Amino acid sequence: MPDFSKVSFFVPCLVDTIYPEVGRSVVKVLENLGLEVDCPREQTCCGQIAFNSGYRSRARRLAERFITLFEDAEAIVCPSGSCVAMVKHQYPLLFQADPAWLKRARDVAAKIFEFTQFLVDVLDLTELGARYSCTATYHDSCHLNRHLGIHRQPRRLLRGIQGLRLVEMEDADRCCGFGGAFSMKYPDISLAIVQDKVDNILASKADIVVGCDMGCLMNIQGRLNRLGSSVQVKHIAQMLCE
Amino acid sequence: MTNIEIGAYRDVALKSLQNQTLQQALSCVQGRIGKAASYAYQQLPEGPGLRQVGHELRMQALLELDVLLQELADQVRSRGGKVFFAADGDAAIRYCLETAAKNRVKQVVKGKSMVTEEIGLNEALLNAGIEPTETDLGEFIIQLAGERPSHIIAPAIHKTRQEVGRLFADKLGIPYTEDPAALTRAARSALREKFFAADMGITGCNLACAETGHITTLSNEGNIRMSTSMPRVHLAIMGMERITAKLEDHAVLFRLLSRGAAAQSLATYISYAGGPAGPDEIDGPEEFHLVILDNGRSRILADPEFREILCCVRCGACLNVCPVYGKIGGYAYGHPYAGPVGAVLNPLLAGLEKGKDLFFGETLCGACRDACPVDIDLPRMLLAHRARLIEGDARANCRAKAGAMEKIALQGWSKLAEHRKLYEAAHNTAALGQRALPRKTGLIRRMPPPFSAWTKGRDLQPLAPRTFLQDLQKKDRR
Repeated sequence: MPDFSKVSFFVPCLVDTIYPEVGRSVVKVLENLGLEVDCPREQTCCGQIAFNSGYRSRARRLAERFITLFEDAEAIVCPSGSCVAMVKHQYPLLFQADPAWLKRARDVAAKIFEFTQFLVDVLDLTELGARYSCTATYHDSCHLNRHLGIHRQPRRLLRGIQGLRLVEMEDADRCCGFGGAFSMKYPDISLAIVQDKVDNILASKADIVVGCDMGCLMNIQGRLNRLGSSVQVKHIAQMLCE
Repeated sequence: MTNIEIGAYRDVALKSLQNQTLQQALSCVQGRIGKAASYAYQQLPEGPGLRQVGHELRMQALLELDVLLQELADQVRSRGGKVFFAADGDAAIRYCLETAAKNRVKQVVKGKSMVTEEIGLNEALLNAGIEPTETDLGEFIIQLAGERPSHIIAPAIHKTRQEVGRLFADKLGIPYTEDPAALTRAARSALREKFFAADMGITGCNLACAETGHITTLSNEGNIRMSTSMPRVHLAIMGMERITAKLEDHAVLFRLLSRGAAAQSLATYISYAGGPAGPDEIDGPEEFHLVILDNGRSRILADPEFREILCCVRCGACLNVCPVYGKIGGYAYGHPYAGPVGAVLNPLLAGLEKGKDLFFGETLCGACRDACPVDIDLPRMLLAHRARLIEGDARANCRAKAGAMEKIALQGWSKLAEHRKLYEAAHNTAALGQRALPRKTGLIRRMPPPFSAWTKGRDLQPLAPRTFLQDLQKKDRR
């Protein structure tokens, strides 16, 4: 294990404001591994909402804020592929014309890790001693899977959970239709896409759908609940701390 | 007459969502070709990394475009072919009509060509009293139906065989059948007459080759080769970006293109044409014309943010994997280019504000990038369109045009996110305010506007009473 004694926890805004239990699970998993978890208290949002909506100067201000808050970290861990992809790939783009900030952005980008990536690739762990009796299916979030190339890591972690049976749904790597503001701007299209995802989840006969991004999971959960399904959604951190 | 149209994205999308036949057809094409193409890249002897090689070849050709086009034109002219550089669709159409008039052309057979859709050539020919016949089976079907292509390489994907059966019974006078083989035979015999009668063949061009001075056409039906070799005159129209430096580049790019388009190792027919038939050649046209079309492409070439879209070889692979295209089909994107590539290209050709629903109406999932045979970063350009519309871009002569309500919302959110205390205060207020909202098994059932868009078909997990960081702080104090 590399000698990290301390990691900085970048809390995605959806975790901070809607799903704090996911944040608590992340802290628990990391602390159980003997790591000190630092949560910078001033953090808010990485700026992805502004960036994806075209408001780059706003996004730049939030990026500067993020970089300032996190640049002294040894390693930054975040339970969202989407937020990590923002920092890793889009921050450097935002500061293309500003060499000083570009360097700082790249330094931060080099030490940010998505939660499952950190556990599997950095710490080389796949069995954390968790137990969870259920049949689970895994949803690949697009930014995590395609932009960061992370799809094996969460599955290895899930297979390491005692009592958990992992079943693959059809088209696990197909978009759930969330797309951030897309889901509100074009609700009919978004709904049609999430309906396919939910159909595939239900066909898998899993009782839990696990993911690594609360944006996608909020979308899937919302549709499942509307249909009266009892299938639960869980962030992978919640499965790993049981 | 340039024929770029961006219509009512939302309305057309909604209609498509309600069209069950279309939904089945789209799901079928994506389930088959979309997945098979990804598998086909894996089977490349060089591995899927060949897509990046293809990208480099395309970008390199774009950087040398002026030289390559001149080389192509010189070689075609040296063989007795005519070359015309058309600044826009109008100029291209004028040249086509003049050529047709000089040759007293009454009937034209066409190979499938998106660039002729882009300039509205068929309408122009009809207006001039010339009858164009589409000879690609899919294009033939939609021409009979009086419709437009809804997919770049599978133009009639929105039609079932029953619909085609009724159409053929009506227009070709054959007894009704829905047997695909019988329908294809009927189209074949109807088209055979057209090939014999045509005075001119009009085709597009997949990729020209500067080194040898040829244009190429790829097809699976043999119809393009018939269109280029049977009529007296062959006129090819190519977008000016569709060229490679060397013949060996085709060995990479056509294998990629065929995989992206139809998960094939190589298209069934690849034809090279570079001039009229020589004195000792039995086959081939008496006249050969090449129209090289700009129509906004120079402007895109000069724009470093969007130059990459000119790498596109129009294979349609991005349509076959896009979750949005998979639901709304081709028509919502306007005309002529559908799917993710249309969402980038149509606004560049028709105007950013007119096309804003195209680039905002994508989920940014990135499937299109992985499917692209030449690795075009379409999501990057969707984002670049958004930024240019919202903030303007002096270099591209674009003024900012953000929607007022959204601007207030986004700026408000950003302001909150710049101040943790304000952010928490806003959260706490909203968390209190949401108590009155109706719930179902713990989730909110109905939200007020603008969030009502979310609760139209989904419930929503309510805000936590306190933020994660507030909780943490409280725990630490204990």
